[in-house]
Amino acid sequence: MGKGLHAQTLTQLAAGLRRGDFSSVELTEALLARIEAHGPALNAFVTVTSEQALKTAELADQARAAGDAGLLNGLPIVHKDIFCTRGVLTTCGSRMLENFVSPYDATVVERLAAAGAVVLGKTNMDEFAMGSSNETSYFGPVRNPWGLDYSPGGSSGGSAAAVAARLVPAATGTDTGGSIRQPAALTGTVGLKPTYGRVSRYGMIAFASSLDQAGVITRSSEDAALLLGAMAGFDERDSTSIDHPVADYVAALQGSLKGLRVGIVRQHFDEGLDAQCGVAVKEALAALESEGAILTEVDMPNLDLSVPTYYVVAPAECSSNLSRFDGVRFGHRAEAPEDLLDLYCRSRGEGFGAEVKRRIMTGTYVLSAGYYDAYYLKAQQVRHLIADDFHKAFADVDVIAGPTSPTPAFRLGDKIDDPITMYLNDIYTIGANLAGLPGLSTPCGFVDGLPVGLHLVAPHWGEESLLRCAHHYEQLTNWHEACPEDFR
Amino acid sequence: MSLDKDQVQHIAMLARLRLKDSEFGETVEKLSRIVDFVDQLSQADTDKVVPMAHPLHASQRLRPDQVTEPNDRDHVQENAPSVADGLYLVPKVIE
Repeated sequence: MGKGLHAQTLTQLAAGLRRGDFSSVELTEALLARIEAHGPALNAFVTVTSEQALKTAELADQARAAGDAGLLNGLPIVHKDIFCTRGVLTTCGSRMLENFVSPYDATVVERLAAAGAVVLGKTNMDEFAMGSSNETSYFGPVRNPWGLDYSPGGSSGGSAAAVAARLVPAATGTDTGGSIRQPAALTGTVGLKPTYGRVSRYGMIAFASSLDQAGVITRSSEDAALLLGAMAGFDERDSTSIDHPVADYVAALQGSLKGLRVGIVRQHFDEGLDAQCGVAVKEALAALESEGAILTEVDMPNLDLSVPTYYVVAPAECSSNLSRFDGVRFGHRAEAPEDLLDLYCRSRGEGFGAEVKRRIMTGTYVLSAGYYDAYYLKAQQVRHLIADDFHKAFADVDVIAGPTSPTPAFRLGDKIDDPITMYLNDIYTIGANLAGLPGLSTPCGFVDGLPVGLHLVAPHWGEESLLRCAHHYEQLTNWHEACPEDFR
Repeated sequence: MSLDKDQVQHIAMLARLRLKDSEFGETVEKLSRIVDFVDQLSQADTDKVVPMAHPLHASQRLRPDQVTEPNDRDHVQENAPSVADGLYLVPKVIE
C-alpha cells in the first residue's frame, strides 16, 4: 500500500480503491479518526458528519462491487460551510446561521454526491466569507498546520488547513477576492478559482454575486482537475451560470510548457511584496522558463485600483444579499422585540459579527442617495478598465504569473485590528475576480518554514492552461508534497 | 475622520443594524478608514467608460413561466423562529 491513506492524493486514493487495496469504509474510518485526533487543535471543522459519511462509504463500496462506480466513487472530501447541505447544519461561520439546517443541497454538493464522493464534514470559514485570516468566524479562528499560532488565511481557511494537515485530500471552497487562492498559498496547498459562471452558485450562500465563484483546494493540480470536472457545468438554477462546454481537465494536464507565453506584471514585484516571497516566486518563474515558457512583462496600468474597486463593489453586493437575514424566516432572532423594526435591527445587530457589519454598512453607504455615482458607479467603471487591462495583456500572453499573497502566513491577531492591512492580503488575487477570470495558486517554496504560493491567471475558460502549467511545475519541484511536521 | 457618529448611526439604520454603544467608536473609526481608502477611485479617469454589469458581459437569461418547484413550506419553515398555521409570526405592525 505504501504511504498511509491520509498521505495520499485523491488521484492515488482513486487508484487504490479501483485496485481493491482498501475499501471506502476503511478509508473513511481512517480519515475520521485523523479528524478526531487533529481537528480540534486546528479548529478546521464546524461539523463532522461521521455517521452520514460511513453510510455513504458503504453505499460506494456496494456500488463498486456492482460495477457502478462514479468518477469520485468512495473518495473523501469536505465542504466549506457556505454550501447548503440538506439536513446538515450550514452556518457560513456566523451566529446568524448557528442553528440553520439547510432544506436543500447546493448544486456543487449534489454533483459531487452524484459522482460518489463521501463528505466527511463542513469546514470553518470567515463569517459569510468576509475575511482573509479566518479570524472573523463566529466559531473561532482556524489554525495553520505549518504553525499553530499562524492564520491559515481565509476565507476558506478551514478547507485549506484540513487539506494541508492531511485530514482529507480535497475540499470545496469559494473565492470572491482570493478566498480559495490566498489560504491555499498560506497552507502550501493547491487552490483553484474557476471562471465566473463555470461552477454553479446555487445553494452557495451569497456574499457578492458578481464576484463569488466555487472552486477547490487540493494537494495537487491533478486532483483539482479531477474535482473540477465533477463540479463544473451549466445549471439553470443559477441565473449567472454560463452554458459553456466542460473540458476534460485531467486530459488537459498533459503536454509541455514549450512556447507557453507567461506574462509578468511589474507592480506584483514592487515594495508591497515580501522580499523572500519574491525570491521564491522568481525561482518558480525561472523554472517555467527552463521548461520552454517565454516570460514577457505585461503592463496593467489600472491594477493598483483593484483593491479599492473591490471594497466598493463587494460590500455593495453584500449589503443587498445579506438583507435577507431579517430574523423572520430563518436565522437568529432577537429575544422579546418591541416592534418589527426592533426585531430586524437587533436580530441583525446580534447575529452578525463586526467585520460583516462593517461590510454591510460600507455597502449601504456607497449605494445610498448622493453617493451612488461617486462610489458604486465609479467602481464599476474602474472595474471595466481593470478587466480591459487583462484582456489586452492576454492578447500577448497565455497566462499571467506572480505571487498569490504579499507575505507568507501571518500570526493570528496581527492584522485583525486593521481592516486595510487585512484587505491588502488580496491585492494580487482580486483582479481575477473583478474580471471573472480563472486563477490558481500552487506551492512554490518556503520562507522561514511557511509556504509561499505561485499565482497563475488565465483568460476566461482557460482552466486547462492553468492546470497544465501548474501540474507541469509541480512535477519539477515537489513543493506541493511538503507536509507540516506534526501532520505526517 | 471622513464619517462622524451621526452619519454612522444613519447608515446603521438604513442597514437595519442595531449597534451597541460600545461598538460605535470602533465602527466610526474603521468605516472612516475604509471610506478614505476607497476614495482613491476618484482619481481614476473614467470619462466615457461604461460601468461593468457582468464580468463576461452576459445578459440575464429568462426561463419559461412555468411552475417547477413543489410547495415545500412545512419543510422550509422548520428553520423559522416563529410560525403558526404556515404563517411567519412577527410583532404586531397595525394597532
